[in-house]
Amino acid sequence: MRIGFYPGCSLEGSSKEYSDSLFAVAEKCGIMLEEIKDWSCCGASAAHNLNHDLALALPARTLALAEKQGFEEVVIPCAACYSRIAGTKQEISNNVATRKKIERYIDLTLEADIKILTVFEFLQKYIFPVADGHIVNKLNQKTACYYGCLYSRPKETAALEQIENPMEMDKVMVKAGATPIDWAFKTECCGAGFTMSRTDIVAKLSGKIIEDAADRGAESIIVACPMCHVNLDMRRPEIKKQLNKEINLPVLFITQALGLSMGIPADQLGLNKHYVPTDKVVTCIVKKEA
Amino acid sequence: MARIGVFICHCGENISATVDVAKVAEKAGKLSGVAYSVDYKYMCSDPGQTLIIDAIKEHKLTGIVVASCSPRMHEGTFRKAAEKAGINPYFCEMANIREQVSWVHPKSDATTQKALDIVRTMVEKVKKNTALTPIKVPITKTALVIGGGIAGIQAALDIANAGHSVIMVEKKPSIGGHMSQLSETFPTLDCSQCILTPRMVEVAQHPNITLYTYAEVEKVTGFVGNFEVTIRMKAKSVDHSKCTGCGTCWQKCPSKKIPDEFNEGMGFRTAIYSPFPQAVPNKPVIDRDHCNYFQKGKCGVCQKICPAGAIDYEVQDEFLDVKVGAIITATGFDLKHADFFPEYGYGQFKDVIDGMMFERLASASGPTAGEIRRPSDGKIPEKIVFVACAGSRDKAKGIEYCSKICCMYTAKHAMLYKHKKHDGDAYVFYMDIRAAGKDYDEFVRRAIEEDDVHYIRGRVSRIYEKNGKLIVKGVDTLMNGDPVEIEADMVVLATAVIANQDAETVAQRMHISYNKHHFFAEAHPKLRPVETNTAGIMLAGACQGAKDIPETVSQASASASKAIGLFSSNEMTREPIVAVVNRQAPPNFTSCTGCMLCMEVCPYHAIEREEMKDRTGNLIKVAVKVNAGLCQGCGTCVAMCRNKSIDLQGFSNDQMLSEVMALLNS
Amino acid sequence: MHEIIPQHPAGTLKSQMEEATGVIVSHCYQCGKCTAGCPLNEEMDVRPNQILRMLQLELPGYEDKILSSLSIWLCLACDTCYSRCPQEVKLSQVMDFLRQESIRQHKVNPKAKDILSFHKAFLDSIKLNGKLHEVGLTIDYKLRSLNLMQDVLLAPSMMAKGKLAIFPHQVQNTKEIAKIFKRISEGTKE
Ligand SMILES: Cc1cc2nc3c(=O)[nH]c(=O)nc-3n(C[C@H](O)[C@H](O)[C@H](O)COP(=O)(O)OP(=O)(O)OC[C@H]3O[C@@H](n4cnc5c(N)ncnc54)[C@H](O)[C@@H]3O)c2cc1C
Ligand code: SF4
Ligand code: SF4
Ligand code: SF4
Ligand code: SF4
Repeated sequence: MRIGFYPGCSLEGSSKEYSDSLFAVAEKCGIMLEEIKDWSCCGASAAHNLNHDLALALPARTLALAEKQGFEEVVIPCAACYSRIAGTKQEISNNVATRKKIERYIDLTLEADIKILTVFEFLQKYIFPVADGHIVNKLNQKTACYYGCLYSRPKETAALEQIENPMEMDKVMVKAGATPIDWAFKTECCGAGFTMSRTDIVAKLSGKIIEDAADRGAESIIVACPMCHVNLDMRRPEIKKQLNKEINLPVLFITQALGLSMGIPADQLGLNKHYVPTDKVVTCIVKKEA
Repeated sequence: MARIGVFICHCGENISATVDVAKVAEKAGKLSGVAYSVDYKYMCSDPGQTLIIDAIKEHKLTGIVVASCSPRMHEGTFRKAAEKAGINPYFCEMANIREQVSWVHPKSDATTQKALDIVRTMVEKVKKNTALTPIKVPITKTALVIGGGIAGIQAALDIANAGHSVIMVEKKPSIGGHMSQLSETFPTLDCSQCILTPRMVEVAQHPNITLYTYAEVEKVTGFVGNFEVTIRMKAKSVDHSKCTGCGTCWQKCPSKKIPDEFNEGMGFRTAIYSPFPQAVPNKPVIDRDHCNYFQKGKCGVCQKICPAGAIDYEVQDEFLDVKVGAIITATGFDLKHADFFPEYGYGQFKDVIDGMMFERLASASGPTAGEIRRPSDGKIPEKIVFVACAGSRDKAKGIEYCSKICCMYTAKHAMLYKHKKHDGDAYVFYMDIRAAGKDYDEFVRRAIEEDDVHYIRGRVSRIYEKNGKLIVKGVDTLMNGDPVEIEADMVVLATAVIANQDAETVAQRMHISYNKHHFFAEAHPKLRPVETNTAGIMLAGACQGAKDIPETVSQASASASKAIGLFSSNEMTREPIVAVVNRQAPPNFTSCTGCMLCMEVCPYHAIEREEMKDRTGNLIKVAVKVNAGLCQGCGTCVAMCRNKSIDLQGFSNDQMLSEVMALLNS
Repeated sequence: MHEIIPQHPAGTLKSQMEEATGVIVSHCYQCGKCTAGCPLNEEMDVRPNQILRMLQLELPGYEDKILSSLSIWLCLACDTCYSRCPQEVKLSQVMDFLRQESIRQHKVNPKAKDILSFHKAFLDSIKLNGKLHEVGLTIDYKLRSLNLMQDVLLAPSMMAKGKLAIFPHQVQNTKEIAKIFKRISEGTKE
């Protein structure tokens, strides 16, 4: 089966390492991902504020293209894109009138029956069955898996079984030989779309997250969302000011962490692109005993 | 020749505002066989009834039709009036022109015509009526009480003290129910065990009460006054007639790590156990799921050491059939537990507990001997947060109703804590304070004013644990919605009262109805609050809905009085609306050919085989007969019978057909 | 960007909102759980539950107070409120609606200017390229918000790390996206 891939804008820009590491892991395991041709932006955190129809039409266009190109499944690694596209799919498949209207706007037809996979669903379904043969390292560190809002809410599209204490990424980290910690901020909001416009708020919310992870002894934070990554990684100067202390906890994409356990070189996984240095993560790693 | 009287009621304006009653009366008067017709403002009033009685006498009426409300309301009234006037009461029929006409249609000619049509059908029916006499059935003057909580105890004692026998069936090894777990009780703060245990002992010792613990009702058949009940006596593995309750066995049992249900899992019990020191009966049972002998095939310690030789591993569940006249269902409630709340940690924080756990902590007989210590490390909490409406009034969690008792017990808990830890802080997050009983609001005010409990109006959004503290994220809606974050040592959730897990099964076994939350349904929410829709089965206590002790006890006594009322006569009269098999002169005896199809379909097992014999005892014919005591008049058999041998009295084929023809011929 | 804001049929703010979102404000029983969990409650001038309260009561002045509040712009649509609300009130959708209405009625709180500028710059970028162009967005946002100095230190280092592309990625046929925008803005006037 052909597996479609929707990068979304961030994975082409500020979070390129997320897409690079995902492809590196998939390639290692012999899984092919195929980018949806001519995809467009999902509207992210902006469209819904201004126009509900627009917030449906933008994701719908991509869904329609994916259907036309014959994909049954699409992997959407960005949490924001996932949330927007899954929400659109849900609203459109529940309401014929809405579907008709949106089809008119995008000038394409739409079934809205494509299966959407989050990154951890993809890993679980395609990588887990073959992963053991490729995992050569033990990450050997305490990790705080951070899920954020967009995978856990709203409940209609939540990709997690326990929305208040999800475990999906924790399971991936156990596979990678890390010790996921129990902590309180797994699904608290990081400030999301305020990266640019209200950095003060981002600093406050993300600061609390980083502080709790550090307090509980985490050596790295694992994320599966470009927005979370930007806020937790790049807003460190503001966070430092907010917390009145420097916390040098690196923030990794889940695919980077898994890639490290598969022995993929750090540079190929884009670890050098982070604001907070990731050397400590790498030095913890030990060879997996056979 | 029939002489029928028709009486059209206005029901104030309930009927006359939409139906032209005068016209109906006038037209009805012209129907064939109708000798008299009149309309009147209130037929059910005294003058109305006198009007009927006088008319029957004066016009020598042979039957009457009262066109008014539903027969459920006043059939009895008008039949009595007919009887007073000297005719058989079953020559009185009602035409329902209120519920079926005036309340459901607008004023119009068609509405009036419909009223007239209904009157006409009943006139045709009553012409075919026959004289019937009510059936007398004997009453078994024994009551079955299911459930030995305070509701069951109260009902059993009331009935037994009135001189009737009672059989009590309790699922657990001891009676007492939830009340035996409580520490002190609102609104007076008297010790729960102190007021309950004398009652428990009284049940055990009462000469009129037979108590079966560790038992369940398996099957109920029959009808009011004459139920047949099968009780499953679960194998106790201990012969209580030999056991002296010495306790040697449970001191020595090696299977010791079983979470103690009585202490809500805070503490352990053994496999052979009596649930608490004041248990009634205070004799053990073996919990086979946790017993080494039953699980691993070896041990047998208790048998070896029991000085009375009471242990018996071989006994099986036994079944006992009993006959009772009335049943009181008092199976109580259950509580949601802390694991029901994702946002409060899915039950993973040891110090987030539910109200019943708090009762055990506060109870002198509990795992901490009455000192309020938190389960995780045994420390006395400096700060406690109580969360009201936890899971109740929560559509998202599937429980929309208010659990009714938790406002009060939360105030009690906060108060008990403050009494034991004067310098501690108690916070209550609430939405509304529902304290509407006698002395209840005063009780809550006392908690606030004298014991300095801080009430904060707002729901808690989340609880998480950090550095040994529970961070409670709430809000004060009375302070502009300001967020309130409390670092608590312990959190008590006043979790929702829910129906027992097996409530649905119990209801189905008893043939009683229940609501969507599986609380048992009363026959009428206002006027028949303790009866069920099945005659002879009553409800008491929290199995019907969340209740505190005073309300439970009142309802228990009310249901007992219903049973005692039933037992006050030796027999009961029943409506003669039952099926009968026709009779013919020998050698036919009946047109019934004995195909027995009716027997298979009768839901009440009221149809029996009948053998016709000649004088010398030779079998001539096999047919069926109806047990009038069991027949509920549903008519299923009539529909089934291929040669019209069985018919329903009062609703015969002939009567129904003439009603239909009356409509078709109009 | 104004042309993209939908027109709603006449009515009170509450009836318009209920019509547009399907949320029924009387379901809210003011328990405050939404506010208790909202990550931005401390920043907000009107708390989430109070917004619903004002919609419930519809007293004079409330509509203006809601539409010119900063809160509706601070709401991040994180849905914490809805996921825990016992009455299942979809507050984030209410907020979406109120933001649109606030723009339409020209009542945007002055302190929300930056936030709004960002959303607009974002959409412009999509309209132009079909995809978000982060450098373009940043420049556009800075011009709109006049926060010219913010992040200037960060951007060059991001570019060096290959995180920011100077030239936008574009969908093959950018006109298509502009057409969607056009059809919708026409649709809003129907
Ligand atoms: C935390 C808490 C604190 C409380 N504090 C107070 C207080 O201070 N004051 C007050 O007035 N009220 C208080 N209450 C309420 C009080 O507990 C109830 O009103 C009372 O227990 C109801 O009695 P019941 O007999 O109806 O039910 P239960 O006490 O539940 O008794 C039911 C009995 O039936 C048995 N049973 C269940 N199913 C079956 C079956 N199928 N077959 C046979 N037997 C069965 C059970 O084992 C149990 O023994 C409190 C409740 C809670 C939860
Ligand atoms: S046989 Fe069972 S109940 Fe008896 S002592 Fe052994 S474990 Fe306990
Ligand atoms: S009794 Fe009080 S605490 Fe319990 S559900 Fe009702 S309002 Fe809430
Ligand atoms: S949580 Fe729901 S019911 Fe409670 S105040 Fe907020 S919106 Fe209203
Ligand atoms: S969706 Fe908005 S109002 Fe609701 S919790 Fe998140 S930020 Fe607050």
